[in-house]
Order: sequence, then C-alpha cells, then structure tokens
Amino acid sequence: MKLFSNLISAIEITNKTSAKIEALVNYFKIAPDKDKLWLIALFTGKRPSRPVKTTLMREWCMEITNLPEWLFLESYSTVGDLGETMALLLPEPSHKLDLSLHEWMTELKTLKSKSDKEKKAFVLEAWSGLDQQECLIFNKLIGGSFRIGVSKKTLVNALAKLTNIDANQLMHSIIGNWEVDTISFEELIHGSHINYDNSKPYPFCLAYALEKELYELGESNDWIIEQKWDGIRGQIVKRNNEIYIWSRGEELVTKQFTELVEAVNNFKDDFVIDGEILAMKDNDVLLFNDLQKRLNRKNVTKKLLEEVPIGFYAYDILEYNGDDIRELPFEDRRKRLESIFGSIALPEHVQLSFLVEFNKWEELHSIRNNSRAINSEGLMLKQKKSPYHTGRKKGDWWKWKVDPLTIDAVMIYAQKGSGRRSSKYTDYTFAVKKDDALVTVAKAYSGLTDKEITEISQWVNKNAIEKFGPVRTVKPELVFEIAFEGIALSNRHKSGVALRFPRISRWRKDKPADEIDTIETVKQLITAP
Amino acid sequence: MSKENQLVKFTKKGIYCPQGNFYLDPWYPVDYAIISHGHADHARWGMKRYLCTDDSKTILQHRLGADISIESIPYKKELTINGVRVSFHPAGHVIGSAQIRLEYKGYVVVFTGDYKTQPDFITTPYEPLKCNTFITESTFGLPIYNWKSEEELRDDLHSWVRTNQSNNRTSVFLGYSLGKAQRLLSLLDGCDNIYVHRSIHNLNEAILSSGITLPKTKLWSVDLDKKTLQNKIIIAPPAILGSRMLKRLPNPATAICSGWMQIRGNRRWQAVDAGFPVSDHADWNGLISAVKASEAEQVYVTHGSQAVFSKYLNEIGIKANELITEYGDEALAKAEAETDKVTVE
Repeated sequence: MKLFSNLISAIEITNKTSAKIEALVNYFKIAPDKDKLWLIALFTGKRPSRPVKTTLMREWCMEITNLPEWLFLESYSTVGDLGETMALLLPEPSHKLDLSLHEWMTELKTLKSKSDKEKKAFVLEAWSGLDQQECLIFNKLIGGSFRIGVSKKTLVNALAKLTNIDANQLMHSIIGNWEVDTISFEELIHGSHINYDNSKPYPFCLAYALEKELYELGESNDWIIEQKWDGIRGQIVKRNNEIYIWSRGEELVTKQFTELVEAVNNFKDDFVIDGEILAMKDNDVLLFNDLQKRLNRKNVTKKLLEEVPIGFYAYDILEYNGDDIRELPFEDRRKRLESIFGSIALPEHVQLSFLVEFNKWEELHSIRNNSRAINSEGLMLKQKKSPYHTGRKKGDWWKWKVDPLTIDAVMIYAQKGSGRRSSKYTDYTFAVKKDDALVTVAKAYSGLTDKEITEISQWVNKNAIEKFGPVRTVKPELVFEIAFEGIALSNRHKSGVALRFPRISRWRKDKPADEIDTIETVKQLITAP
Repeated sequence: MSKENQLVKFTKKGIYCPQGNFYLDPWYPVDYAIISHGHADHARWGMKRYLCTDDSKTILQHRLGADISIESIPYKKELTINGVRVSFHPAGHVIGSAQIRLEYKGYVVVFTGDYKTQPDFITTPYEPLKCNTFITESTFGLPIYNWKSEEELRDDLHSWVRTNQSNNRTSVFLGYSLGKAQRLLSLLDGCDNIYVHRSIHNLNEAILSSGITLPKTKLWSVDLDKKTLQNKIIIAPPAILGSRMLKRLPNPATAICSGWMQIRGNRRWQAVDAGFPVSDHADWNGLISAVKASEAEQVYVTHGSQAVFSKYLNEIGIKANELITEYGDEALAKAEAETDKVTVE
C-alpha cells in the first residue's frame, strides 16, 4: 500500500490542482494495473459493500487502546471522521505489512462472508502492521467515503494527461459499468466496455444564474422560456430495449422510479432525454419535500407509491436512435422531442415541459413572480440556437430563480462539521418564537465565510451549555437571516412547517434575539396551492 | 485556611498566592507577576513588577517594553518571597519557558504554564516535578494527539522543501514568532538560505542578546527581488496569510506548523498547501506522564480540553478539577496577531 499511501500524502500536501494531477499521473505511470483500476473505482465511488460493521471496528479499537467509550466519542467528535479517529488512536505498528492496493481490496472482498471472529483477527492484524497514514487508508477502504480533494474531474484530467484521450470520453468510460476483475486498465481508458453499455449518460448541460437585465439578452424571440422545476434533474436513457435513469449526481436511480420506466417502455424509438423527476399528483407538481420521501429508499411501499407518485417533465433530447444530436440547435431538438411525445399516447405523469408563452421581455417578470404558486423555482431562459453543452457554459442558458423567502431566527444548537470543517462549529439549528418559548424551524450549514465560522466557533466554545458530545446547546443569542426556497405544512416537524433548502443568508449582528420572527409570521409565508 | 489555600487562590485577575502576595501569569494588571513564558496570553501588559527566567527576560522586554520593571533568575534557583520559596523549572515549551514551583511550610504547588515533555533541539528540556498541587495546561488533552519524533518531523519538513524546490516553489512555513519560529529553525537546520519575517527577526535579535545561539537567518524584506527568494525557505507568522507580502512571493507553497494540524480537517480548513503537526505543547501521553510524575494529591486542569482531561484523570483515580483561566490558543492567536503586526505593504 506504500505507493497508494505516498500518493495520498502527495495529494494532501498541496492545494494546487496541477500538483494533484501531477501526483496522479506519476502514480498511474508506476502502479500495477489492478491498483490503478481500484484507484479509479474508489475515487468514483464504486466501492464494494462494507465487509465489517462500524460498531465492531469501534469496539475493537476501544479494546486495543483501552479507552472508555465517552473518551473515544469525544475524540471522534473532535476529528469528525471515524476512520481517521481510529488511525490517530491506535498504537504504533509492531510489524510491517506490505500488500498492494489490489491485494488489500481482494482480501476485503472475501472478508465479507467470514465470521466476526475471523474479521476481528484480520482487522487487528492489519492495524498492527500499518503506520498511521496506512491505517487511515485501510479504515477508509473498509467503508465510509474516500474524500481527499480529488474530484472525478481531477481524476479524468490526470488520465487525459497520461493517455491523451479526450476527457469527456474518459468521463464516460469511468462512470460506466465496469468491474475491476473483468477489465484491464487499457480496456477501461479506451472505453472497450462502453460500446456495450446501453446506460451511458451524457454530461448535463448546466445553466448559470442570470446576471444581467433581460433586454441585454437581445431579441426576445431568439429565446425559449420554460419553468424551472424543482425536483431532481435526470436523464432517461433508452437503448436496445433497456432503460436507465441517471441523476445529475451521476448516480443510477432507475430502481427508485419504477413508474417512469413503465411509462417510457411505451416508446418505440431509442433516445436519451433530459428532464426533471418530480413528485406529481393529479397533474400538479408537489413540493421537493414530498419528492424527498421517495429518495434513497430500499423498498418503495404501495402506500408511498400512491401518496407520492413520480412524474417527469422532459426538457431536451440528446440522442435519437443512436445519433448524438447535442450539436443541433435547441429549437430543432425541441421539435424532435415534441414529435416523439406526440407519437404515442402517454400516461399523464410523463410530459413535455411546457413553454412559457410571451412576446415582450417585460411580461416575464410577473410570470416569474407567480412561479412559486405552481411549485416552480422560477424560469429557464434558453437560446433557440444553443447546442446541448457539456457542463456549465455561460451565455446560452440562464436560470432566473424567484427571490428566496427569508426569516430571522436564533441559533439554539451548534454542531461540528465533517471533513474540512471538523474543527469548527458549522452546522446550526435555528428557532423562532412560539408564545414564550422557542421552536426549531431549520437546520442550516452554509452561507457563512470561514472568518464568520471561526468567530461563531469561538463564541460557541464560550457559550455552550454542555461540555461533552458533538452537539452544543447554546444560549439563544445569535440571530441569523435564514433564506429558503419554499415552505410547507408538515406533521413531521415540531414547528408544523418544513422549509426547503434553508441556508444562512447573513448574520444579523444588529438584531437582538427578542426581535426574531414568530411561528405565526413564518406560517403566513405559505401560499395556498 | 488549608496549606493549599495559603499558596494558591483562583481569582478574577489570575492565579494568586496570598502568602507570597504575587500572581502567576495574571490576565489583569497586578502589582507583582511571576511569568512562566513570553507568549502574549501568559505575559501581559500592565504589571507593576515582573519576575521571570533569565532566558525570558529579553523576550519580555522586547514584547512588553524596555521600561518594564523586571527581575530574572536562572532555572532552579530559589527566591524567597514573603516566606514562599519560588523557583523556575524548564517546561520545554518555548525558549525561556518555565514551570513555576512554589513551596511553603513543606507544601508544594507547581504551575506548568505551557509545557512539552518531548525534547527538541532548541528549548531547555522539560523536567518532571513532584508536588502536592499540580496546575496543568491541557491544550492537547485528547488521546488523538500524539506527536511524531523530532527526527520524523525533520524528515517531513526537509522532504517537503525538496519537493517544492524541484517544482520551483518557495517554501513558506507559518508559525508564531516566539517558539514555533525558533523550533522550525532548529528543525530546518542544514538548509541554507532561510529568510524570516521582520517580527521573527526582531525577536531573534532579543533572544540572541541574552546569549542564546540560533541558526543563521536572513531578513525577508520587501525590497528583495523575486529571483532572490525563488526556491528559498521563509518563516513567517500565520498573520501573513492573505497579505500582499505573501502574494508577491514567486510561486509560494505554504505550510502551517501547529499541533492542530494533526487532524486532516484542520489541515484542509486553512487555505494553505500543507499542515505539519509541530507542537510546543505536551501531547496526550505527555500530559498523563507529567500528571503521574507529579504524584500530586490535587490536579487543576487549565486551558484546552479541561473538561475531558479532568474527567479522565478522575476516572483513573487522580483527583482533578477544571480551572477556568484566560489562557489558551484563541487568546494567544489574537494577541500574537497583534504583536506580530504584519507589515503589509
């Protein structure tokens, strides 16, 4: 594991992307084939399932270090990462184990089916034969996320530099379906597997937030306007009688949305369509809060299927019967999309995203302002001639969201972050007034500068009511303006409301805690559907 | 009044010795202050009289003003103040740092100030002391803090410098001007062309004037051209981060040197390239061994992880209480940033 450990060290002592790419290229030049494949697999989230339970590893670590549980947990809440905490606590190694990354991964794969006793013997042997950095890596290989400041993009750029293969093609290759055991590094990077791969998505075309006046975009009839729907951006890939649904996070989510697969099965043609996965009932789009109930479930019950039916609004078409048509102007792609949707009778939950009818730019203001009433986030402005770009490109597509709603709330709990933020209190819980008491309305963890976070962390250290554990109850003193995209009544929340995308818009140092909003004023922000 | 109470009382102004009528590292102005070391959270302005070690004297004068009323004695020499026998013992924290030992009628109190039990190449090594009451810091009072040896640190720093040089980058180490800067100089011994920021340069002059030797350095001044500094080593206080002076350097690689850098999250939090866990404080095992070696009946735990560390001590059968003081990393960082007054032009 020395090679891999050195690579991690090299990546960690620089914050220059160019130096990280350099370190990766050097690794790819000298590492064994299987190690390279594992590295790509690990950094793209293709990890085998966890062979050993976290609770067991914690237990064994406490046993070896002879630490009481509360002190172990205190350490964990300071470090913010379990694998790292254990690596820091474990004693110096007594011997030297030298296995390659591939050998470790192979061992870990066979470990899964073994007894707890065998697992314990294996883990303890590893811990006593690896140095601190290697222990950290070993713990990470067993489970948890492998986030070390290398994005998929950085990885792809390193591979592109190494091989001179086009970066987009490499992105397709590494996110497609492949297994370390059945492919060679050469085959993978040359994409031998993706010809057979019916699931391959395209990189999403993303829009920037509108940063100019509408008239500066030129003639209004050069533009097509749609609602900006508030769900999960997704690509439906239908090729050779197979259907796949990809989310924007490059995850395959096909199994979560069976209704869509059934509906898409009705089409004769093959295609790749870009659109929005939404919770939709009786032709109305529901809030994102509702959609969330359907996400990341192992089993979708019949009750849930009835309560939160899934729908889809199609925005664009990227591939038609095997032809990549992303370079066609948007207006032509839209026509193609319309003809496909017009060719068969579809269930009503799979629809074309409707276009906003308008003549003059000025008309858009009131349409945008009303979008919250139909649970839309605002408008999308698309240049008629625009190709379907790879990634985010300025100029052809703009998103024009409605202004967020805001309330003033007081911080009542603070919690340390994870990863880069593990040393600071970065996650806060906010409350508003309810009669003479406070009631929790939101949790938020973004929107502040590093300097403000440091200042708040120091304040929390001084004003925390308890001394142990990761969550600190604090005196209700600091007031923040909380912005959010939507609000709905909710039975699951004690306050009776759920906020959508709450985040801190600013720290109201000017406002004393007794001037925060009340739950009544917050509820008034709910617009009747 | 028990013997302990005659020797130390915890007051709003600081740790007070009623019998001796003096304070230890007080945070508010008092008549007579005995000072453990020169860091700004321990040696503060406004005391009518100061007492410190010989090695700290020029540092205090440099930082608090040449006109302060100050006496000094060497390590281990005893001074009797109103019947209380007072002596300084090496704390291994920064140059001149001491534990303060008080003895009255056979009862002994030791106040550690800040200390580090592992020897380095620059400070007088820490000496364990036996006592009845032990007042210890707890900056790194969690078992996740265990420091690398001086040799390992030295290898890590040197190899980082070499990597930077092969990539045409200038290595910038960030650490407080008192303590960390001199420690880094000793760790980087063998490297040529080390430049230091003016605040470190001036402090080093003060240290040299007391007869202590330090590795040779050059002053990092704004009139040096980029070529001169290319691939060299610079040591500067953390307050330099974000300054124009730093931005003017040719292709700098920055590293924070602090015990907090033991944790990856802390390394990644800062907008720097690297973080090296070089600490001037005792690590977990250092704290435990110091407490055990003191054989004290009563331990008071000050700044840092006082809640955790005192709870743990009680669990292993050592009577310990938390003591809230105005010392600590946050106070220090704030004061040092002001002391360093980074000249940014």
